[in-house]
Amino acid sequence: MTKTHVTTSINGEAVEFLCEPGDTLLSVLRNELQMTGTKEGCGSGDCGACSVTVNGRLVCSCLVLGVEAEGAEIGTVEGIESKDQLHTIQKKFLEHAALQCGICTPGLIVSTKALLEENPNPTEEEARYYLAGNLCRCTGYDKIIRAVMDSAEVMRGEALR
Amino acid sequence: MVSVVYEAPETFQDAIALLVNAKVSASVLAGGTDLIIQMRDLVNESRLVVDLKKIPGMMQATISDEGLELGPSMCCAELTKRDDIKALYPGLVEAAYLIGSTQVQGRASVGGNLCNSSPAADTIPALFVNVAQCIIVGPDGERTVPVEDFVTGVGQNCLGKGELLRAITMARPAANTADAYLRFIPRSEMDIAVVGAAVSVTLDDEGVCMAARVAIGAVAPTALLVPEAAEALIGTKIDETALRAAADASSAASKPITDRRGTVEYRRHVVGVLTKRAAAIAAERARGNKA
Amino acid sequence: MSEAREFKYIGQRTIRPDGYDKVTGRANYAADLSLPGMIWGKILRSPHAHARILSIDTSKAEAHPDVMAVATYQDFPHVSSEMFQAGETPTDLLDLARNLLADDKVLYHGHAIAAIAARTESAAEAALSLIEIDYEVLPPVMDVADAMKPESPVLHDDMFTVGLAEKPDKASNIASRMELKKGDIEAGFAEAEVVVERDYYTPTVHQGYIEPHATTVSIDEDGQAMVWCSTQGHFDVRASTAKLLDMELGKIKVVAAEIGGGFGGKTTVYLEPVALILSRKSGRPVKMVMTREEVFRATGPGSATRSRIKIGAKKDGTITAMQAKLCFEAGSFKGSPMGPGCMTVFTPYDVENMYIEGYDVVVNKPKVAAYRAPGAPQAEFAAEMAINELADKLGIDPIEIRLKNAAKEGTQTVYGPKLKAVGLVECLEAAKNSAQYQSALDENQGRGLAAGFWFNIGGQSSVIINMNPDGTGTILEGSPDIGGSRASIQLMAAEELGIPPSHLKPVVADTEHLAYSATTGGSRTTFATGMAVIEAAQDVVRQFKERAAAVWNVTSEQVEWVDGVAINTAGEDKLTAAEICRGAEKTGGQISGTANINARGAGPSFAVHLCDVEVDKETGKVDVIRYTAIQDAGKAIHPSYVEGQYQGGAAQGIGWALNEEYIYNEDGIMENAGFLDYRIPLASDLPMIDTVIVEVPNPFHPFGVRGVGETGIVPPLAAVATAVSDAIDVRMTDLPCSPPRVLKAILDAS
Repeated sequence: MTKTHVTTSINGEAVEFLCEPGDTLLSVLRNELQMTGTKEGCGSGDCGACSVTVNGRLVCSCLVLGVEAEGAEIGTVEGIESKDQLHTIQKKFLEHAALQCGICTPGLIVSTKALLEENPNPTEEEARYYLAGNLCRCTGYDKIIRAVMDSAEVMRGEALR
Repeated sequence: MVSVVYEAPETFQDAIALLVNAKVSASVLAGGTDLIIQMRDLVNESRLVVDLKKIPGMMQATISDEGLELGPSMCCAELTKRDDIKALYPGLVEAAYLIGSTQVQGRASVGGNLCNSSPAADTIPALFVNVAQCIIVGPDGERTVPVEDFVTGVGQNCLGKGELLRAITMARPAANTADAYLRFIPRSEMDIAVVGAAVSVTLDDEGVCMAARVAIGAVAPTALLVPEAAEALIGTKIDETALRAAADASSAASKPITDRRGTVEYRRHVVGVLTKRAAAIAAERARGNKA
Repeated sequence: MSEAREFKYIGQRTIRPDGYDKVTGRANYAADLSLPGMIWGKILRSPHAHARILSIDTSKAEAHPDVMAVATYQDFPHVSSEMFQAGETPTDLLDLARNLLADDKVLYHGHAIAAIAARTESAAEAALSLIEIDYEVLPPVMDVADAMKPESPVLHDDMFTVGLAEKPDKASNIASRMELKKGDIEAGFAEAEVVVERDYYTPTVHQGYIEPHATTVSIDEDGQAMVWCSTQGHFDVRASTAKLLDMELGKIKVVAAEIGGGFGGKTTVYLEPVALILSRKSGRPVKMVMTREEVFRATGPGSATRSRIKIGAKKDGTITAMQAKLCFEAGSFKGSPMGPGCMTVFTPYDVENMYIEGYDVVVNKPKVAAYRAPGAPQAEFAAEMAINELADKLGIDPIEIRLKNAAKEGTQTVYGPKLKAVGLVECLEAAKNSAQYQSALDENQGRGLAAGFWFNIGGQSSVIINMNPDGTGTILEGSPDIGGSRASIQLMAAEELGIPPSHLKPVVADTEHLAYSATTGGSRTTFATGMAVIEAAQDVVRQFKERAAAVWNVTSEQVEWVDGVAINTAGEDKLTAAEICRGAEKTGGQISGTANINARGAGPSFAVHLCDVEVDKETGKVDVIRYTAIQDAGKAIHPSYVEGQYQGGAAQGIGWALNEEYIYNEDGIMENAGFLDYRIPLASDLPMIDTVIVEVPNPFHPFGVRGVGETGIVPPLAAVATAVSDAIDVRMTDLPCSPPRVLKAILDAS
């Protein structure tokens, strides 16, 4: 089986890789590129642990083929912080203890960033429904939603400056 | 595991040629939220995957005086942001919005939902009540099939070898017309519909229902149009009695099974409940009220 | 030992020390490790729920150019039936081996039979179909009630029920029977003026951890093995692996990766010994990662149960008799948590007359594994539902009836010991005073309340604290961190040493860096590893004092340690920890504190939960609209992580009560082996979960700590089911209260 050569951009950096045409983007990130921050929880789009953005849109990377990354802009958890500075969302997750085992956390942080870019002032209900595709088994979501609402407030304040 | 050849043609000609000449099983790819999962289960097989997303028109939607021309591969996340489409076909948009999570919405499409032809597909009842037309292209040219004739069985549709869905069209609704779609799931999101019901009603200036269409999903091998339920609404002001009659008609027309998502009795009962609720919402919208 | 005291660091909501790695994706979980030369392992699983294996032919697979090793049961060195401790409960070595790779029978759909290692994941998967197996298919037994019938097909020809008066002469599916009693149950019922008797059912459920099992292993020419895996107890992985593969403990290094959830499900092994066999045979490192489907089909779920509860009481609510028959599904091999179920079922009640009978029964489902307070949610669900029915029948408030009969200090439990200081009454009072309890309900809404109990355990923990020359330190401990325990470890060490938490780095060390430490489970970490950390810190303080004494030429009895500073009581001198560490080379060498303990005195944790629901009576859909979780933590070291345990337990219990269940077809095949149709709660399914931390200190822990991880999953089952029953005015007895069941209850009643 000949591998396909793909040229893409991940977190703003140009990247090239080889993959089988049937490989998912998730598999490429984790196995070809050693970007293991994106996690596999189910492989069928039901848990959100593999959440990334493709051209700014939030998707499950287990439901995207690696070859579809050609010419696209991919955003993963590794790109959330900037130059050793945690993003507000990451800080708030830590402050609010919005993680226990942490396996769902990368997916949730990517999804939260996408949520707040689309809707900087979500209600609690809007946040819960937007994030419904990110399963968490440890926290019961309470502290996660608090972290999200707090992040939204801080980020709205920062935007005004 | 499956060995895949991937192609991303930029014209319908090329796509059709690829499908017609395929030596192995061929599938078309839009969002992949059904296909990629199905491919995971294959062992020792070969598959040609034809990605349609680069073909002009597949990812766009236009509203004109005639109505809506919907690119089948446009992702639901984009569709549901289209206020112009939502204004004319709120039920269709809310059906599309219900498919899966935010992440699935970023990929899944109405065309994919239709062509996957699951009995529980959320958009199909809504397409039924909007009298959607399926524009199909293939090696023998173009043909149009009414959506009620598109899906032919569980996971099966009328597309022949080499044929593709090029567009889904819907006529501009008459004045005082609105649709609605409801589905029942055990959680608040994510689940495949246990039952679905779509209703479209047209009211006259007095608020009397002049025309109606009712379609139910996940209660038969394919979505079903329920003319008896529509009849129960026509000529009425869509009051409690009419709603109850429509509900009973839907229940009677349903042919549900018992599976891991629901029982026969449960689905039969709830399809009636959803029919009357969807009809009430459609009526409110047609009256010009927010619902 | 633990009167109310002012703490300097304990109780602060610090940022967890491992948090930065977790929010950036840098933290390494089991599937994140790859090694040079690594190959992939995959497992061939049974297509039948119950069958004899007549023959296995692996020759075609072995001949395939891509295949580098094949493993079957024959690759285990001779294994015999032997009970050994691996994790919280004793395990039969033979059962464990046969579960990892089937011997002469497959006992559940998905049962592992053979494993293949190949260069790529897809090559390994493709090669599985080259293994040829001849089966004699047998009828599957899928429910505990059917399995207990004398005419049922039998899973194990050598299973003769243990615990009967006379040893039976016929094999059955009942592995064992147990009885617990106190007082005189006949007399108790004779005294009763009112009796409630009812049957209850809870389904097979999964712990639902988001991270599938995964491991990467290697073994060298000298037989030195390295295992990197997702586990709650790496020392017990070492122990199991050593026993199964007949290896010395010292030749196996197990590294606990960060773990993506366990809840008891990762206190046993599935992949690691198999991966080592493949690694040995191929000469290459081997990686094995389960798919989500494999997790559901082949890892230990929580037991389904059928229970009968009978409670007798006086009209004033005094309970005079409590009786239970608890039948637990063990899955394919013996060993359900029937024992803890029997021990906990009535423990929230101080009642003289109790009689409890338990049955451990095999069925053709995966062998069960621990699931958060194993046995207690199922058993206490039944008891709490019956108590609520009793309260209803007598017109007594559900909190009042519990206060009237509440277990407290001195209560004689049915399983032996008397309770020491406990906080059930305090939790009940907090429930009574809660905002939720005071609030009114609307139409179609209902309220439910339930209590819960779990013993918590102590056990062995080993800790080494190494002080660095600049006064910072590393805490090596052996408890895989499943919920943020490193934050509490850091706080407890800081408190004892008087050094800021940020100067101390807790590390979950591997099996080569510490003496044996017991599995993270039984809510033991903050209690037992905490106790070891405190002792190790006291060891460090003792040495700090000795070094300071040497510098000042006084005796160490003359040195006091206050807030991280040595004070010369016979003079004016002071030395900080940093100063002592800087001078350590000159005063005798580096300073390390150790503690290898077997912690005793674990304090049980009681809880009371309140649940309000709204039911759509036309569809049976239940929405949880308000929830309060009240639990006794003894002393909350890090309140955020204590609250997190309460909320997480509540969410799992809510899922168990509303939508979670294994659905089987008539061939014994699970139909919902994925997160789409095995429905755990979503963010949009739950409201904020209010928490109340009650603190009745555990007198046997230096800071008063009680384990809190498990009790929180016990009350929600009955709290939710009672709330649903209240909303629809029909008593629910079977879980889950899924929409079809709730609607059926409504329609049947009308």
